[in-house]
Amino acid sequence: MARKSKNVEIVNDANENAILNKETEGLSQGQIVLRRFIRHRAAMISVVVLFTLITVVYTSLDWRIGDEDDPFIIPGWWKYGFEDMPELRYGDDCVDGSLGCPSIDMVPFIDGDGISLGPHPFGQDDIGRDYLALVMRGAQRSLLVMFIIGAIAATLGTVIGSVAGYFRGWVDAILMRLVDFIITVPVIIIGSVIGFHYGNKGAAFLALLLGLFSWTGLSRLVRGEFLTLREREFVDASRVAGASNRRIIFKHILPNAVGVIIVSVTLLMSGAILLETALSYLGFGVTSPDVSLGLLISTYQDAFTTRPWLFWYPGLFIIVIALCINFIGDGLRDAFDPRQRRRLSRKEKASARAMRNRSEVA
Amino acid sequence: MFAYILRRLGALVVILFGSSFLLYNLSAISTDPLGELRLSDAPNKDQLILNLTRELRLDLPPPLRYFIWLRGVLGIFVGRADFGLTREQEPVFEAIMGAIPTTIRLVAVATLVAIVLGIALGITSALRQYSRFDYGMTFFAFLLFSLPIFWVAVLLKQYLAIDFNDFLVSAKISPPWIIGFSIVAGFFWAAIISGSRRQVVLIFSGVFVANSIFLSAISATEWLSYPRLGPIAILVIGVGIAVGVTYLSVGLSDRNALKTTLLMAVVGTISYFPAQPILSSDRPRLGILLLFIALLIVSVSGALLFARVDRGPIIRTSVITSVLIGIFILIDRMMQAWRPYVESDDVNYRPVATIGQSTIWLSEVSFWVRVLDFAMHLILPTLALTLISFAGYIRFSRGTLLDVLNQDYIRTARAKGLTERTVIMRHAFRNTMIPLTTIMVGDIAGIVGGAIITERVFAWQGMGTLFNKAINSFDLNLLMGVIVFLSTLAILANLIADLLYSVLDPRIRVGAGK
Repeated sequence: MARKSKNVEIVNDANENAILNKETEGLSQGQIVLRRFIRHRAAMISVVVLFTLITVVYTSLDWRIGDEDDPFIIPGWWKYGFEDMPELRYGDDCVDGSLGCPSIDMVPFIDGDGISLGPHPFGQDDIGRDYLALVMRGAQRSLLVMFIIGAIAATLGTVIGSVAGYFRGWVDAILMRLVDFIITVPVIIIGSVIGFHYGNKGAAFLALLLGLFSWTGLSRLVRGEFLTLREREFVDASRVAGASNRRIIFKHILPNAVGVIIVSVTLLMSGAILLETALSYLGFGVTSPDVSLGLLISTYQDAFTTRPWLFWYPGLFIIVIALCINFIGDGLRDAFDPRQRRRLSRKEKASARAMRNRSEVA
Repeated sequence: MFAYILRRLGALVVILFGSSFLLYNLSAISTDPLGELRLSDAPNKDQLILNLTRELRLDLPPPLRYFIWLRGVLGIFVGRADFGLTREQEPVFEAIMGAIPTTIRLVAVATLVAIVLGIALGITSALRQYSRFDYGMTFFAFLLFSLPIFWVAVLLKQYLAIDFNDFLVSAKISPPWIIGFSIVAGFFWAAIISGSRRQVVLIFSGVFVANSIFLSAISATEWLSYPRLGPIAILVIGVGIAVGVTYLSVGLSDRNALKTTLLMAVVGTISYFPAQPILSSDRPRLGILLLFIALLIVSVSGALLFARVDRGPIIRTSVITSVLIGIFILIDRMMQAWRPYVESDDVNYRPVATIGQSTIWLSEVSFWVRVLDFAMHLILPTLALTLISFAGYIRFSRGTLLDVLNQDYIRTARAKGLTERTVIMRHAFRNTMIPLTTIMVGDIAGIVGGAIITERVFAWQGMGTLFNKAINSFDLNLLMGVIVFLSTLAILANLIADLLYSVLDPRIRVGAGK
């Protein structure tokens, strides 16, 4: 019975292939990849969620540009800054009498007063700072660290990997030994050593240093790609045509390796945000008075039993960001993978069946 | 092969040299042990600074200090390695040796659970590709990928320790919980087994009813307060294991294998009685070992009794079955220590521990109570580490199995008319295990890194604690000790992974062609 259904599947495969081939006729590689990515539902939802989140997070607080005393202020949509200390709500304001309880109300029907944000939707911390502002600031820092690490690691990893893979020989040997030196020590350890001393120099500087040690895995991947691609005929052809090394690397090989690079950079970025939060949690990352999501969790983890919101919100933001990036990475991987085949919808399956029936009749 | 291993070990030394040089200088430059002293207003400040400078050789530039440190470490080749002293004048080597067992206990259990569960779920997910279960597992794995471990740990502390301990006082499961659990269980099994709509509904309702009855019985008999398996439960579990292992290992159509494993279930149940006095003695370690050997002998001879042609597979099946049943007998003995453990003053009815690696016992307690104590302390950290690391196994085993199932030899196997079980377990699963093994070994170093955070959350005294202490007290010798240990572990794990790969996959020959 299993064998019979297998035969049917093979015939089906041929027809489904025909449908899929027709869809990609006359499209460039980039267009095919883009189409496949757009079709990946989880990845598209993640893109939308992530962009909304980034916009919301970065427009929430006032931007102060220029000197400390007389800054140029771009106002954000949220009324408090992360350093403001409004009056702490307690007692009668809070239902259960806890300190600085969240005023967000998302359950419209039970208590009958509808959806509302209230003065402090995420609550307040010990000294009355608005927790929404703190979480927004933390998310800004964490996102910043993530993007800086991602950008630096992507650049360094790609350049070093392609140089090593393209030129081989002693250049390759030296670069790959350097990779070995760094890659053998767990990232969290290097991060802690750096973060302990430079964490107080600001999130951006910390991210820069962390980025200098996060490119190793990517460079190995890129080198592997280059080692196979440089033996291909089109590289020989362009070399015979007189192309320079630079041109071959950038125009001929790199575009073919871009899928691997993009996918692993997205995964690297989701690792980066977890790294930053873990370091801040251990006390080796962003330090007070600045705020990061990991630092918020670390500060308020003991308050979980009494004031759980201080713990929930930063955690949720970390998870949503990391989850979105992971899904985008997955969608990109599927989109770039030529072996990956789309599942046909019910309608398309029906037309494939119709094609088969027609061929049987004929 | 031998030359290859030698060459790799040579490379290991070079890499260790390079990475330790890099890290030594990085940490020497980025830390300032004198910083606190400079800010102090002690009257003998200058003298203190001078003393510390002499003690830590701060007058020398970091690269030179590195070679002084290296000279001590290189003593390893003449049999007496000197990793230097910590700031408390304790040898670094001993400090690390004291911390390793704790970390290994944490990492080993977590890795084992993660591998077994991860592969099982990943393979099921691949066999049900594009089903709801598959999508659910994919989402679940990505969710786990995105969880910060310290965040999960705090949640576990709250819900699985504090709240669960409160619950254990009465150990009554309320009806809404029973229904909730049963619905989840029903969905889970219905999604895994799947089939036509009618079958799914049948499976769901069957699991739902069985699960509800089971949980109600547990609640009514206060089993959670007085956990115990006993010979009857051992027999039932044993028969279940026998059928399950036989199905997966050789298939139920092999009657001889089935007879053997069922015999082992009966033998295991009978051996429950003579095992009790041995296990309850003061020093049961030797007894456990002897019982284990006896069990192996019995299972092999039992297999030989029934096996006619295919001895190997039947012996394998029989040994797996009896070892699993043996483990349940041990679990039963551990459960018998539950009441004395829970009622003791140190535990005071709060068995699931949130902090530390063991309770400090004032009085001498029995072996099994101590084992139980270790186990209760292991639960939360292990669960946290497992949750984080097994997402990788789910994704990877799923992807690998799907790759393998597309190979021509699978089609050939099906074309030959082999049963689906044989195709999956013998042809596909074994080939899936090849890349998985290398991933597993390579992953161990990473998990040790993750253990650093876990130890911090649960206040364990392992490598992570040492590392934290080293950084916070500017203890360069201790820091380097930890780093060298971890990087050696990482490189050795990589070497072992490569060697395993060549052993498992005959197409790959290590050291061939330079």
